[in-house]
Amino acid sequence: MEAILASSVGILTAGGVYLILRLRAFPVILGIALLSYAVNVFLFASGRLAVGAPPVLNKYADVPYTDPLPQALALTAIVISFGMTAVLVMIALGSYLESAEDSVNIDITRPDVDEDDVEPGTGTVTPR
Amino acid sequence: MNHWIIAPVILPALIAPLIAWVMRFDIVMARVASVVGALALLAISMGLFAMAADGGVEVYKLGNWEPPFGIVLVLDRLSALMLLLTSILGLLVLLHVIATDWDRKGAHFHALFQFQLMGICGAFLTGDAFNLFVFFEVLLIASYGLMLHGGGRIRLKAGLQYVVMNLAGSTLFLFALGTLYATTGTLNIADVALRVREIPVEDAALVRVAAMLLMIVFAIKAAIFPVQFWLVGTYANAPAPVAALFAIMTKVGAYSIIRVYTIGFGPDMAATGDMPGQWLFWGALVTTAVGGIGVLGSRRLMTMLSFAVIGSMGTLMLAVSTFTPEGTVAALYYLLHSTFAAAALFLLADLVVTRRGTGDVLRAATPIVQGGLFSALFFAAAIGMAGMPPLSGFLGKLMVLDTVWTMPHAGWAWAAVLIGSLLTIVGFAKAGSSLFWKPTALGEEAVAEGEPAGMTALAPTVVAVAMLALLSAFAHPVSTYLEATAADLYAPDAYLAIIAPTVGEGG
Repeated sequence: MEAILASSVGILTAGGVYLILRLRAFPVILGIALLSYAVNVFLFASGRLAVGAPPVLNKYADVPYTDPLPQALALTAIVISFGMTAVLVMIALGSYLESAEDSVNIDITRPDVDEDDVEPGTGTVTPR
Repeated sequence: MNHWIIAPVILPALIAPLIAWVMRFDIVMARVASVVGALALLAISMGLFAMAADGGVEVYKLGNWEPPFGIVLVLDRLSALMLLLTSILGLLVLLHVIATDWDRKGAHFHALFQFQLMGICGAFLTGDAFNLFVFFEVLLIASYGLMLHGGGRIRLKAGLQYVVMNLAGSTLFLFALGTLYATTGTLNIADVALRVREIPVEDAALVRVAAMLLMIVFAIKAAIFPVQFWLVGTYANAPAPVAALFAIMTKVGAYSIIRVYTIGFGPDMAATGDMPGQWLFWGALVTTAVGGIGVLGSRRLMTMLSFAVIGSMGTLMLAVSTFTPEGTVAALYYLLHSTFAAAALFLLADLVVTRRGTGDVLRAATPIVQGGLFSALFFAAAIGMAGMPPLSGFLGKLMVLDTVWTMPHAGWAWAAVLIGSLLTIVGFAKAGSSLFWKPTALGEEAVAEGEPAGMTALAPTVVAVAMLALLSAFAHPVSTYLEATAADLYAPDAYLAIIAPTVGEGG
């Protein structure tokens, strides 16, 4: 159980980091999603692993229970990462439609000046 | 329990949806609501500031659950100071945005602005590490919207980078919180302090991992080397008034480091000791250097100002990394100063750049109207940012240099701050001459460009510069307050007392 959980966190994180380093919008989104899965499992494990135990104390009997707080944390993290992924997809889509390429890097040949704003021939830049 | 403590969070949280749903097609109503909200926030912050000034630690238990089991908001001198700073800066930026019509360039500016204020105020007030994460997300998601306000190809690309960087940072934050909870069994900052004290040094490896993971997360927010790369692309491509508001966002990172590494993992604790300070020192040192070199090498005004922000964060964190009361006084004074200096420069940059035919490229072009006035304001703000007398940057840097003197490797810190300041001065002088001075050489016949800025558009910039002069003139009362603030942080008995009685009773 511990081995499966630990290795799943490790594999998901490794995959997430690898995909983020691809620096293309779609792999990066998938990488962020994998990382958020990894962290959800990790948060879950931070309250120790207990199988089949309820997340409430029983004051009538001394039965095993599991810590409810990590479950609440994981739930909050799931909601936030879900919303953030949606925002990221929209921004990535907007960026792709505006610039017709999905690289996360900004063009390094002229990083300072927006090419579209440079008037041909004169080299002057119009304000945005 | 004083309910005003949660007002800085509730008020923007109520106004923002009202603006977004009810006033979305009426810019005048949205502006009125937003300004009323910002003024009310300022009034509340002043009230809370007066309340905290006597040194008491006020705690607000959400749902009346006892800490550490429930979430608490804590108001002490440091929180009250940061709230006041946020509300003043927020009002200045808002007035500038309205006067320059930036809020018409895209939808929902005012709603996002209020959500941003909500997130920042919440982050300054909360006494719970997970709640801090939630408020970080609130302020970040609002900042994504504000950063993309107005649109455009480069801005969208820079925005994508910013979002990806921060989402990766948020994931790291959750890993840090998970590790912290697994080792201490709590996420309340005061309770963490009590638990970490009980952990023997030989079992503290995971606590140290959690402490350093949190440090990396806050360093991303505060733009400390080696995780400062997102800042320049973001600030330089965001709308300039939004970049002025973002001046407080890096300070959220600085505040979190000051809060967590004085109270949570204090320098007196055996488990972590002076480890955070040692790492922060070298990071801050390189950050100061990166800022200075970047200012000198920038070809755009907005890029240059972004590097100046990085340099100021480096100087600020050098003072923080001492983790002594004197160092924290210097850091907080410099924090107040650099927030207003950066805001003044970005607001001024907006006034100048929108009037120039060549945008913000640092190259001589036709002169602009009111060139004399703008250059005087630029001169004053640049003096403040570079740290020359008589404005508060000089006093701030003097205090920082004075406190790092006692540290090991103080020579490196002095060299970084002083050479960084020199590079900043040269960079700003170069920028000022190509923006304002060289155009005058084009002769009298060159027609000045742009509409003259009215009083309403100029006022926020002038006030921001005036704040630097006020900080300098009232340095003594300000530093007296900051000394009391720092003393609270290094003798946090009152802060820890919010936990102690309950733990005793609960057994």
